[in-house]
Amino acid sequence: MSHLLEVQDLKVTFALRFGDLTAIDGVSFFLDKGEKLGLVGESGAGKSVTGFAIIKLISKPGFISGGRILFNGNDISSWPDARMREIRGDRISMIFQDPMMTLNPVLTIGTQMVETIRAHRNISKAKAEKVALEKLKKVYIPSPEKRLSQYPHEFSGGMRQRIIIAISLLTDPAIIIADEPTTALDVTIQAEIMDLLQELCESERMALILITHDLAVVSQVTEKMAVMYAGKIIEYGPTDAIVKDPIHPYTQGLINALPGALKPGEKLHQIPGMMPTLTNIPPGCAFNPRCMIKEKICEIEVPGLLKTVQGRMVACHMKTVH
Amino acid sequence: MFAFIVRRIAQAIFVMLIIGLIGFSIKTQIGDPVRDMVGERVTPQEREQIRQKLGLNDPFLTQYVRFVGKALHGDLGLSFFYKKPALDVIVSKAPATIEMVMGAGLLIVLISLPLGVYTALRPRASFSRFVMGFSTLGVSVPVFLTAIMLIYIFGVQLHWLPSYGRGETVDVFGNGWWMSGFFTADGLKHLILPSISLASIELPLFIRLIRSEMMEVLETEYIKYAWAKGLSRMRIWLLHAFKNTLLPVITVFGVQIGIMFAFTILTETVFQWQGIGYMFLEAVERSDTSLLIAYLVVVGSVFVVVNTVVDIIYGFINPTVRIAGTK
Amino acid sequence: MKTSMKRFQQSYFLHSFKHDRTAMMSFFFLACFIILSITAPLVSPYNPYDAENIDIMNAETPPMWLDGGSSAFILGTDNMGRDLLSTMIYGLRISVVIGIGAVSLQAFIGILMGLMAGYVGGKVDSVLMRIADIQFSFPYLMVAIFISAIFQVMFGIGSFEKLAVPLLIIIIGLSEWPVYARTIRASVMGEKNKEYVEAARVIGLSRPVIMIRHILPNTLTSVLVISTIQVANAVMSEAALSFLGLGMPVTKPSLGSLIRAGFEYIFSGSWWITIFPGIFLVLFVLVVNLLGDWLRDVLNPKLYKG
Repeated sequence: MSHLLEVQDLKVTFALRFGDLTAIDGVSFFLDKGEKLGLVGESGAGKSVTGFAIIKLISKPGFISGGRILFNGNDISSWPDARMREIRGDRISMIFQDPMMTLNPVLTIGTQMVETIRAHRNISKAKAEKVALEKLKKVYIPSPEKRLSQYPHEFSGGMRQRIIIAISLLTDPAIIIADEPTTALDVTIQAEIMDLLQELCESERMALILITHDLAVVSQVTEKMAVMYAGKIIEYGPTDAIVKDPIHPYTQGLINALPGALKPGEKLHQIPGMMPTLTNIPPGCAFNPRCMIKEKICEIEVPGLLKTVQGRMVACHMKTVH
Repeated sequence: MFAFIVRRIAQAIFVMLIIGLIGFSIKTQIGDPVRDMVGERVTPQEREQIRQKLGLNDPFLTQYVRFVGKALHGDLGLSFFYKKPALDVIVSKAPATIEMVMGAGLLIVLISLPLGVYTALRPRASFSRFVMGFSTLGVSVPVFLTAIMLIYIFGVQLHWLPSYGRGETVDVFGNGWWMSGFFTADGLKHLILPSISLASIELPLFIRLIRSEMMEVLETEYIKYAWAKGLSRMRIWLLHAFKNTLLPVITVFGVQIGIMFAFTILTETVFQWQGIGYMFLEAVERSDTSLLIAYLVVVGSVFVVVNTVVDIIYGFINPTVRIAGTK
Repeated sequence: MKTSMKRFQQSYFLHSFKHDRTAMMSFFFLACFIILSITAPLVSPYNPYDAENIDIMNAETPPMWLDGGSSAFILGTDNMGRDLLSTMIYGLRISVVIGIGAVSLQAFIGILMGLMAGYVGGKVDSVLMRIADIQFSFPYLMVAIFISAIFQVMFGIGSFEKLAVPLLIIIIGLSEWPVYARTIRASVMGEKNKEYVEAARVIGLSRPVIMIRHILPNTLTSVLVISTIQVANAVMSEAALSFLGLGMPVTKPSLGSLIRAGFEYIFSGSWWITIFPGIFLVLFVLVVNLLGDWLRDVLNPKLYKG
């Protein structure tokens, strides 16, 4: 049985003037219809690059240097750009981080919505507008008819993100990749947008890849999650299990750092040190300089993502059986 | 939006008054309106009488106000050489200059847009490098030299195109005012080299401008999003990117048209083109001050008007300016 | 002194210079041009201003390698019988002097105005920027042409001759100071709010001192970049003015005047009078422009040129 989306050992490299930099080094996960996956990590861990890599939208000088991406069983990692258009914006939609910058300022909302539908379906402008209105209603935008002729700057950030979500629904995609969809929004709006996204995924039976650094959101919305560190997935499994019982020392640090886990007056836990930049990744396990339980082998050999005794996937020498 | 327009127009009027003031001050210093009117052969008493009649002994400010008043009625003094009102002389010669600028403008739009877009989309192609190199060269060659070189190559050596004058012209309105070179093959042939010369000043600028604006636009989030939506390349380049590129370019275009008028002085000299630039230099040689001042006022006003109109149009085209302008 | 020399040698600036062939060649040519203009009396075969040397019978002699040419006049002679090569070298000297002089004047006025407008702000700023805006909306060439024209009409062509060079410097200098003022003002306004200015104020340094000693050095990179372009512009402006007859007089021709003189003779076959000075002028301006482009790229890494 093939999954809806399967990423196998994906590697992405950037060919820079002073050498090649590997942004993602062997990332693997899968997604089934309607499933919600959280891709978690700090800035620079490689989450966004992974998201872009799935629809082959990595900015030059980046390129896929290894691995495969299987969509409905087809290996799309070798597809040419022209063929990718069948998937991009059609079967897999993406939501960007900053709604203020995502929409083209000189084109109306209507134009930007209609063109999306007509890029993938052979229907008339009038029919396309009807579809657009339908989706605008789904995201609870009031008086949608008026909106089509308005420009992006006439809307607030939250409204714009709703419109962008509506655009992502236009082609009834199988997967939505949401790259930090609420980071740039006010706290009060964040919850609304996340609720909306969750509701829509469930009602439309769409899979969701939620890329974020916000553990709280991930634990509320997703069924499974992958924690990324320095370009690799270091823990992968059901969200509930990971949040209740994190296995990898880094994940433990993240969960423990949440204020909610503390009693009043207790000091906030922090993982000492910082995640290394792509140019400074230490040999062996990338986390080893900051790790409390490391041993000699951690400084030499890179741990693979393996099953623990309990059946959870972790990349840690100390936690997995050899 | 309305407030924005009003402010811009007020600013424009202010600047025009200053131009008038400068022009008028110069006129009082170096001109001799008595001589302009009646020549040299008058007695000192008659001179004094005429001065009194013309109000030349009145205070400066009064004379200035009178000057502005007359200017608004189209009276900018008498040309000493042509023995006609200065404004009439300018108006009769303006069409020649305007046509040269129109020809150049057309060439600029037709050449810089495709080249600018192409060099933005394919910056490493050898053709792009060639275009950019050529444009650096173009900026270093003064317009009159370009004109001379063109005449030398196409006129003197190859005999393909005429070297001077406007050629055959057609009376557009039937009243002898606008003699156009656009309607005959001969007139068009005469227009080619001058238009190319004039355009050569602006082409490097525009190619570079369009290229850099477009390259900046291509890096924006909304263009990336357009790719993510799966739109076609042509649509992304020619609609999403291009429309955003065009906005700042249009304002520059408006201003540069004004600048081209300045450079017509140089090109008209080389091609012996009977426009207002050529007229200006003749006026210098003949010390025809009224004509010089009239030229200043007219051309200055044209600049101000063009700048103002361009700013206002930009306000209409760019949706974000509309809201900002009302703040 | 030694440490700053060492720092310079190791700097990115020098490194990228050495690796950019265009920059090195341009610098080489520019140095040649400047040396040529300084040593003009020593290097050129004749002194074109010395009336005794000039014989009208020599006029329109072709360059040495053509029929009718002579080795006495390597590039031929102009319409007055002057050796073209010598006149070109002296003409280059005039262009360099006017170019650098005018730009220095522009920079001086512009920087002063920009500093005041940026640092003092308020009414001073509005007034100065209004003036700059108004002057900006008129192409500098127009302003220069007009001022020259007025001078000609007022004083006649004769008295123009002696004052030509300083006058041209002033005219071109006055017409383009807003370029500097605007940039300096923007720089100053950006720097004004930084901590080191706060610190200087707290110590009690007076405004002019803060402006000159502290803020100014930080704005100098923009000044440097602008200056190269402005020198090119000034030289072109002078050439244009001379071509129109509003610049250097016939007895002390600059490259622009030579081009003007030679224009009529293009039709009768004596093309060298215009072409050689033309090529010379273009080469000089091109070299300055190339260096300016390179400087801009090096000093402004943010400007992505692609």
